Amino acid sequence: MAMTFHVDIVSAEESIYSGTAQMVVAPAEGGEVGILPRHAQYIAKLKPGEVRVKVSESGEEHHIFISGGLLEVQPHVVTILADTAVRAKDLDEAEAKEAMRRAEAALADKKADFDYAKAQAELVEAAARLRMIEKMRQHKG
Amino acid sequence: MSGAKEIRTQIKSIKNTQKITKAMEMVAASKMRKAQDRMLATRPYAEKIRQVIGHVAMAQAEYRHPYLEEREVKRVGMIIVSTDRGLCGGLNINLFKKAVGAMREWHGQGIEVDLCLVGNKALGFFKRLGGNVVSKVTHMGDQPRLNDLIGTIKVMLDAYDEGRIDRLFLVENEFVNTMTQRPRVTTLLPLVPSEEEELKHHWDYIYEPDTKPVLDTLLTRYIESVVYQGVVENVACEMAARMVAMKSASDNAGELINELQLVYNKARQAAITQEISEIVSGAAAV
Repeated sequence: MAMTFHVDIVSAEESIYSGTAQMVVAPAEGGEVGILPRHAQYIAKLKPGEVRVKVSESGEEHHIFISGGLLEVQPHVVTILADTAVRAKDLDEAEAKEAMRRAEAALADKKADFDYAKAQAELVEAAARLRMIEKMRQHKG
Repeated sequence: MSGAKEIRTQIKSIKNTQKITKAMEMVAASKMRKAQDRMLATRPYAEKIRQVIGHVAMAQAEYRHPYLEEREVKRVGMIIVSTDRGLCGGLNINLFKKAVGAMREWHGQGIEVDLCLVGNKALGFFKRLGGNVVSKVTHMGDQPRLNDLIGTIKVMLDAYDEGRIDRLFLVENEFVNTMTQRPRVTTLLPLVPSEEEELKHHWDYIYEPDTKPVLDTLLTRYIESVVYQGVVENVACEMAARMVAMKSASDNAGELINELQLVYNKARQAAITQEISEIVSGAAAV
């Protein structure tokens, strides 16, 4: 029987693939790498591309697209930590700026705050009224 | 007879409310199950990364990443995860109490706290209370995406990198079971490698391209995944809390209806008795 090893492909949101394989080909940053059983311990950053998992001799293959991530190889286990989306430094930067802007906008929005407080005051009043009615009813009953 | 009519309309309106709360309960129950599944699905990634980080940190003793190093605390950051919507019992309030307690402790030591808020409820609360909010993300929905979180987390990580904050905490609800959700505060940064993984193996990885970028990516991804996990777990908590709250609301409505039904029956009977006595006395007069 041909040698196999275990492959796990996981992302932060879900487990994508788990099973045994004879060979895994992944797009490392320095170029594609093929991992065979008993590969030395190896860890590499991956760029967006296709991961090929060769399951058996008959040529059954799984093709999985990942948008970057990390590849970790131990003698009998290969793990691919896949990113959930295309990641680039400036993209992250833009996201961060956006998050900050949102916070500022939300805090500057004093009107919304006022409405909220008012609504809450009304709610408290309504609740008090209900309690009062309840009490009156008990008194009568 | 007018009293009886009023009671009848009231019963009707309570019944309508009960229908709504029942529906919400069932929706929350089914969403909870899905949220729990999602919560479990996120575990392998974080576990795997934790293992790798532990290993790399152990094998690369000479290179210390800032995320792994403890430093003097001058200012701290907190990521507070709340829900977007209410009607989920005391879930958010308990969490805020915990967060405010922790904040007060830091303030007592003369240390400022930067806040990073997830969810509408936290935003509303800290807007009223006041607090140094640096970033926020709301309307994540029932199926939060990691993408929506990246920016917010990066703000905090950058602050840590630049030394503006020296510690980062995550405040979120822990899903114990359907009935119990417990607010908890966990330390995100600095990361303390787990002690139990004492050098069992004496080998090191081959790194590509180099140790530093790989470790950088690993640590960032790890923090992101932990926060993401927190958010997903919080959704499960929200659904569970809402389910329980709505169940008790439905039960209360049922009780109220029963009581009102009794009152209504009495009023009706009284009206009939009165009518009979009126007829009888009328007949007697003739």
